[in-house]
Amino acid sequence: MTPTTIETRPIRPGGLKLWLERYPFLPALIIVVALLALNGAFSPNSLSYRSLTGLLSTYMALIMLAIAQTYVVSAGDIDLSAGATLSLVNVVIVVLMEKWGGGASAVIGAMLAGILLGLACGVINGIVVAALRLQAIVATFATSIFFTGLALYVMPVAGTPAPALFWRSYGGRLLGLPFVFYVLAVLALLLFVLSRTRLVTQLLAVGDDQQAAYQTGLPVVLVRIKGYALCGLFSALAAFCLTGDTASGDPLVGSKMTLYSVAAVVLGGSALAGGWTTVVGSLLGALTIGLVNSLVFFMGTPSEWQNFVQGLAILLVLMAGVLAGRRARA
Amino acid sequence: MTTVVSFIKQPLVIALLLIVALLALGESLSPGFASADQILRLLIVASLLGIVAAGQNVVILGGREGIDLSVGGVVSLSAIIAGNVMNGADGGILPAILACLAAGAFFGLLNGLGVTLLRIPPLVMTLGMLGVLQGLLVVIRNGIPSGRAAPGLSAFVTQPLALGIPGIIWLWIAIGLFMAFMLNRTVFGHRIYAIGSNEHAAYMAGVPVRRMRIGPFMISGMFAAIAGLCLLGYSGSSFANVGEQYMLSSIIAVVFGGTSLAGGKGGYTGTMAGALLLVILQGILTTVNIDESGRQMVFGATLLLLMLFYGRGRAMRA
Repeated sequence: MTPTTIETRPIRPGGLKLWLERYPFLPALIIVVALLALNGAFSPNSLSYRSLTGLLSTYMALIMLAIAQTYVVSAGDIDLSAGATLSLVNVVIVVLMEKWGGGASAVIGAMLAGILLGLACGVINGIVVAALRLQAIVATFATSIFFTGLALYVMPVAGTPAPALFWRSYGGRLLGLPFVFYVLAVLALLLFVLSRTRLVTQLLAVGDDQQAAYQTGLPVVLVRIKGYALCGLFSALAAFCLTGDTASGDPLVGSKMTLYSVAAVVLGGSALAGGWTTVVGSLLGALTIGLVNSLVFFMGTPSEWQNFVQGLAILLVLMAGVLAGRRARA
Repeated sequence: MTTVVSFIKQPLVIALLLIVALLALGESLSPGFASADQILRLLIVASLLGIVAAGQNVVILGGREGIDLSVGGVVSLSAIIAGNVMNGADGGILPAILACLAAGAFFGLLNGLGVTLLRIPPLVMTLGMLGVLQGLLVVIRNGIPSGRAAPGLSAFVTQPLALGIPGIIWLWIAIGLFMAFMLNRTVFGHRIYAIGSNEHAAYMAGVPVRRMRIGPFMISGMFAAIAGLCLLGYSGSSFANVGEQYMLSSIIAVVFGGTSLAGGKGGYTGTMAGALLLVILQGILTTVNIDESGRQMVFGATLLLLMLFYGRGRAMRA
């Protein structure tokens, strides 16, 4: 028998892999920086303070919605009703603010109602998917039809304006800084606090291996419902940003945004199968979609080709996101 | 007694019972709903959905989160291509069929390659492809007029062909027989079930898993293309995003047919009943005199209620 030599060198993950493990949103960040550079190359004006602020306030709603989606994806679920929840909250707060006079107290009251409504939509989804054990894709599609119906009941046609106080604040400045910066700061704080909570860890545990999570004693059904509730909450926040940006109510405004929110989650480097997600990545993923859209515009693409080039570019970045994310996890 | 219960719990039986119940409900709400003419009309609409759902069904049966979100885009694209190729002339029908099938197969191939070679999850790959297809529709639409259906095609879809039944329903029946044969009697079909229920075991048993993942997406693209062609015949001319509605409703038809989204279990006969069930439900909601908001709410709630009848997930056990 030949003596076996024992390899003494410890097996350590490579430098890049370690970085990706610690900061899974790095690929998304690189893509965002590259897109910013390209935007700047085609139109230096697009990198001005003013246009970047504009980009942020336009895409803040999608950022919020992508973050909302991230929490359900963490647990291995998906929410195809996020956009419909956004529409519902949008029309309800616009109607309430108008009804209550459009003053400061009306705005705050309506926003509180909006948050409760978003949470309620999320809990309904959670019960349907986790407690009644329906398949998430089809069940949340069914609830999205229901929520859209409710939104149409509240406001049959688009166009009721939001009070000036609301959208002037959102688009305006506070202490010399654009208001969206404060929104971003509060969002960052909120995400930081949430990342420290037990719930986010539990969501990831359920998404990674539901059976294992159950056997370690986690209340899997409750955790998934909470995940959907969190998704509803952030969908309501997305609705606030959207209302601030468009300054009006539209019962169908969010329907196109649902699939973009899923795309943003994947772009950010999260795994759709669950158990491995990054909210910062989703934020960057939503920005990627915004930057691709503006880049296609600034490149001088003929108008009829813009959608096609956007679609193609997003497909390519989606593939890149999946491949990079897999490298990080492998 | 238990045999009766297990018979009733079969998805196909559930769907058929629900179809009868809904037809009775429709007849009582608006007399004439279940007349022969009306049922034929419902069958035509259901066949369009059913053809899209056939491809969706194969993709879903193949497992590994198999799903095709791009079918709606292919339906719209195919309707436009067909309209332009035939442009109102019967002589253009055959070239149109070939062009549509080629387009459907091409985009299906791209989906399949992305899913196998790059191992992109099907949901992501087909979602991205949907964006590309929607962009392509805008390009085509701005370049050329939308085109008209040939009279022969319209007659095939809307006029009786044999025994008083329109050609498209015969086509749907033929597709149903073809699917039953393919899934149950061919090596290809058996391999799809094998991969869908346990990919690793299938691989160990020598199933060419990679190649087998591309096929279903191409089939899905081609069925969506056929549906787009027939949809053009149904509506006369194609309009913006005609196919969009088929994206999620084709998945729901598959689920109502008793095919599990996890793959490996189910079949197309149930899906046909599922498509018919969905169309009858929509038909009832359009006859009932309520406004759009109420209609949507009832539709959403009924879908949820119906889903409770089908294979719910298993409860967690230690």
